[in-house]
Amino acid sequence: MAMVTIDGRKVEVDAGTTILNAAKKLGIDIPTLCHHPDLAVQAVCRICVVEIEGQKLLQPACAFPVQDGMVVYTNTPRVRQARKVNLELLLARHPQDCLQCVRNRSCELQALAERFGMREIRFEHKLRGLPEDHSTPAIVREPDKCILCRRCVSMCHDVQAAGVLFPSRRGADTVVTPVFGRGLDEVACALCGQCIHACPVGAISERDDTERVWQALADPNKHVVVQTAPATRVSIGEEMGLPPGQIITGKLVAALRRLGFDKVMDTDFTADLTIIEEGNEFLKRLKEGGVLPMITSCSPGWIKFGEHFYPDLLKHISTCKSPQQMFGALVKTYYARKAGIDPKDIFSVSLMPCTAKKYEADRPEMCDSGYKDVDVVLTSRELGRMLREAGIRFEDLPEEEHDDPMGISTGAAAIFGATGGVMEAALRTVYEVATGSELPKIDFEEVRGLKGIKEAQVKVGDLDVRVAVAHGLGNAKKILDLLREGKANYHFIEIMCCPGGCVGGGGQPIPTTMEIRGIRGNALYEADRGLPYRKSHENPAIKQIYAEFLGEPLGEVSHHLLHTHYTPRQKYPSVAKAVCGEAAG
Amino acid sequence: METAAKSASICPAKVSEILAKYSRRPDALVSILHDVQKEAGYLSEEAITEIASGLDIPVSKVYGVATFYTLFSTKPKGQYVIRVCENAPCHVLGAKAIVEALEKELGIPMGGTTSDGKFTLEYTSCLGVCGVAPAIMINEAVYGNLTPERVPLILKEYK
Ligand code: SF4
Ligand code: SF4
Ligand code: SF4
Ligand code: FES
Ligand code: FES
Repeated sequence: MAMVTIDGRKVEVDAGTTILNAAKKLGIDIPTLCHHPDLAVQAVCRICVVEIEGQKLLQPACAFPVQDGMVVYTNTPRVRQARKVNLELLLARHPQDCLQCVRNRSCELQALAERFGMREIRFEHKLRGLPEDHSTPAIVREPDKCILCRRCVSMCHDVQAAGVLFPSRRGADTVVTPVFGRGLDEVACALCGQCIHACPVGAISERDDTERVWQALADPNKHVVVQTAPATRVSIGEEMGLPPGQIITGKLVAALRRLGFDKVMDTDFTADLTIIEEGNEFLKRLKEGGVLPMITSCSPGWIKFGEHFYPDLLKHISTCKSPQQMFGALVKTYYARKAGIDPKDIFSVSLMPCTAKKYEADRPEMCDSGYKDVDVVLTSRELGRMLREAGIRFEDLPEEEHDDPMGISTGAAAIFGATGGVMEAALRTVYEVATGSELPKIDFEEVRGLKGIKEAQVKVGDLDVRVAVAHGLGNAKKILDLLREGKANYHFIEIMCCPGGCVGGGGQPIPTTMEIRGIRGNALYEADRGLPYRKSHENPAIKQIYAEFLGEPLGEVSHHLLHTHYTPRQKYPSVAKAVCGEAAG
Repeated sequence: METAAKSASICPAKVSEILAKYSRRPDALVSILHDVQKEAGYLSEEAITEIASGLDIPVSKVYGVATFYTLFSTKPKGQYVIRVCENAPCHVLGAKAIVEALEKELGIPMGGTTSDGKFTLEYTSCLGVCGVAPAIMINEAVYGNLTPERVPLILKEYK
């Protein structure tokens, strides 16, 4: 333990605690910029500097460990002056476009400028004129706004193991960029969007597709249908000023109707459908000696990562499409037929917590209905923007229900949005389908929570089914490396690209920290407990779609509409090759 | 987006040899880059990719390190590399005018290479001949006490 005095008050903390955290215990909020609670210490911005008695230089509070007897001052004229100069230097080469910036009011740099009362910048304002990156349908990079904090680097390398973003060059020339200054479309980027959550400013953001949705909503010839992903029902509240973890399903449905969507249906319905198809695929692989372990396929960031880094393991991935794409294929076939609407007039929008789903919807194979199955993917943040623009206020909204025929869902589908949820949902169904008897206990606590890799063993008939769950690509990598070495002794693996699962998706409200991911996840388990059906195979709308349209799980129609294939991709961008004359001769 | 370099001058087999010399240790990255550059004159995109793959580390990191140190180059260099000292003594005694003269004479900006592949112009830190500042180096030869007027005469020797 160490006793330190900060601004004249004493506090006892564990030795090695940073000054930043010690001060927090006293209720002192030292300003930070390159520091992020979930990421490696960078200590490059020097916004957090403090004075320590006996030390000549100011020290960064985010990195400096306390020692017993240390005396610290966090708010002296010298400290304030140094912080201001550092901020002014950053602002001098920053666009300061707040009014037109996607991060207006959620930007840490802007908040600091407000907090420090910046009224003038004494240095010459000079922008670098670096090119923007609009090369992918999911993520936009604006390097001129980058303040070189390296938080995205830590996220992309340490947490997501994709290793896409890294600083190149040095000093004032530094740029945080994909290799060779290429666009994200040319490198092995999962398009997970986690770098957006890491970024304190507007240097990385989602592609904004709201205008295309406004246009469709205003077009009288379009029948505009929206599906709502599991994780959005516990996060959209944050876009509307509510604290994290509020279950706002009913209000969300009402809000979408107010915006003008003709039908508001539910991705949770196709999450249940995924469980039926994937559960049966798993049982088939077990019975017929197919490739095991089988890995879940509902996270398109994971799929893209797998295609780049583990092309040799693609046969392990379930052929089931993600719930988003199952919905897209069905809305322009099953629903169109039932509602008597020409599928060419249907405009299908999906509300997702995810940036990678924008890419998924654009994959050329996702046109099994004969049209583009999902026309536009909106992230939670984009929908928040639309709701605010339309002046819709959550407090005034009633709770409404999703529309038929793809609106009824179960608790098993709700938990899809949390890490471990797909596995739990699958186990609830696989057990009962395989054994024909009722599950003694429906909650699988072992696969819940934020531990990086979770394991469980479940007796299904005579077989001990061994399962593993990984969230965040860094954790997934650990399991996949074992699998490659033939050491992953499991039958079934759930992989979610984003830490915490979809509740922590790259399209979710800002901020998304580990703590908030956990709170949203818990809300989904609460939603599960409150629903009348909690097992996918008990969903009456699912029984109906098999009876009326699909026939049987893994049948002909399912095969055509609900299953897909994967494409091996490059780990490295293509480069000019040397002509190796001697080697050839 | 920036396009790939037109030609790459080191064969993957040679990179592999260098990697083997360092037992493919990621912590030897800087030495490996050094050796590859020595062999090829610069670090091509292909060489950088081969190194990343051989060491099993992210290619963005190898590129980051290759562009961080000024002694590495990721672009092919000319036959003659002209290094202009940018430290204070040379700066004070008119290095800027020398750079302008060189740029004008060669028709390339600082950091560039002439289209015939003959000259590359770059900055360097103190050449250790501050007594005759401002100074430049063309490959191994040092030229001191420079004036803008002398620049064309010196270059003539190499053209
Ligand atoms: S990144 Fe932040 S400070 Fe910069 S323009 Fe956007 S909102 Fe303003
Ligand atoms: S989207 Fe994901 S993989 Fe791509 S750069 Fe960002 S963090 Fe890295
Ligand atoms: S892109 Fe954002 S997170 Fe990455 S270094 Fe720049 S400011 Fe920091
Ligand atoms: S927050 Fe401490 S140095 Fe940036
Ligand atoms: S400062 Fe130019 S040679 Fe030393």
